[in-house]
Amino acid sequence: MTLVRGVLIAVVISLAVVLQTSVLSGFAWRGVVPDLALLVVIALALTLGGRVALPVAFATGLLLDLVPPADHAAGRWALALVLAAYVAARFRPEDRTGPSATATVATVAACSFLATSVFALSGLILGDPMVPVSDLLWVIAVAVAIDVLITPLVMPPLLWWLRRFSHDPQPDLSPMRG
Amino acid sequence: MTLLHERPLRRETGARPGRLGGRPPGDPRGPRRATLVALLLASATLITVDASTGALEPARQAAGAVFGPAESTAATVARPLTSIPDWFRTQSDLTDQVAALEEENDELRGQLATRPYDRAKLASYEGLTRTAEQIGYAVVPARVIGLGPAQSFSLTATIDAGSDAGLRPDMTVVSSEGLVGRVLRVTASTATVLSISDPESVVGGRVGDSGEAGFVHGTGGVGEKTRLDLELLDQTEVPRRGAPVVTWGSNRGAPYVSGVPIGQVTAVYSSVRDSSQRAEVRPFVDFAELDVVGVVVPSGTESDRAIIEADGELR
Repeated sequence: MTLVRGVLIAVVISLAVVLQTSVLSGFAWRGVVPDLALLVVIALALTLGGRVALPVAFATGLLLDLVPPADHAAGRWALALVLAAYVAARFRPEDRTGPSATATVATVAACSFLATSVFALSGLILGDPMVPVSDLLWVIAVAVAIDVLITPLVMPPLLWWLRRFSHDPQPDLSPMRG
Repeated sequence: MTLLHERPLRRETGARPGRLGGRPPGDPRGPRRATLVALLLASATLITVDASTGALEPARQAAGAVFGPAESTAATVARPLTSIPDWFRTQSDLTDQVAALEEENDELRGQLATRPYDRAKLASYEGLTRTAEQIGYAVVPARVIGLGPAQSFSLTATIDAGSDAGLRPDMTVVSSEGLVGRVLRVTASTATVLSISDPESVVGGRVGDSGEAGFVHGTGGVGEKTRLDLELLDQTEVPRRGAPVVTWGSNRGAPYVSGVPIGQVTAVYSSVRDSSQRAEVRPFVDFAELDVVGVVVPSGTESDRAIIEADGELR
């Protein structure tokens, strides 16, 4: 069961990365592309929690770092997505009803801001792109806006699917706290 | 106090009830700090290793070999869909002059909507053939299948031709409008292209009508308002506004062959203090709207597809 689950998650993640790098770049506004892979990671963190989401976030980030046309130091998106997944897992509701619409949008906004900022900051530290800070801030703001805009399209089906996923009988999910 | 003592130690470090999300301590699915720290350290290590030694190049190649074809397929399947935003983009670029250009915009949009997709494709290939004739080099045609996001702060693209098509790193990439950039790395079926607008890109340029030499730096950003920075070597001559800038060509044509149009001078700034000249250049190519590009290859290159030779012949 866990193997099937792992393979399914790997397929979804790869699909998200491929779509983000090829198809969604056609829908970019001023070059800013919707962070589909980030949304998948957030959905995972909101439903299955950090224990699953953190390693998946690392793998997803690494893919974004390596898959063409990426040309920055590998590990930068990995770092950003791991932090975003950690924050998103903090927002995960205790019961299994799933997060409310407002909570989902707030989580996406917070995590999108965090991830793009961490990526931009890591670039500043490495001296990688000589981009003025005003441009950085502008891109971060646009990225957050676009991610929030596509949240209603992407997150409900994803969350629904992942919730069904986590309802599968799993011995370690049974309430055993007393 | 006694309650706290009875708790296992790790619960004190976990999330306390009432905090964000209100998860009780010891939630078996909650994020563990140790995992977080381990993954953050792993990321930091990767960044350091890759930034200092570039040791992850094989991993990059492998990822490109696996994901390149997938990107190519996805881009091809979704192409009719991804061409939709072009209409909106056209409109957004014109918002400053909406009143004056509204009529023209409607007309253009009508043309775009009525023109069958294949005719546009044919036109861009014809444009590429013209380019090959004009610059006098053989080019391998390729299509853009992916663009790097602005969130990555670098302007790169994936094209659907790789080493099988005769591509090597440091080859010049052109489109029917002018210079696009250069090839950074290739896999068997894809190649990564660095745009001349990327902040790390430097191209040797020459002002077309006076022959002044200089360096064209990318400044990042895409769209109508993107400008390149032309730093002139001879600081006494002032380039004419509207003068074309072409590549001056590198040693043995790598990474840039000579005589490819880059852009047009739009403004000239001179600094009184160090008597230097700086010119703003509007690139002919809008990187975000690229579709068909050509990679300049030596004549007679072995390729898995037709090469447009310098005389415009397809081989």
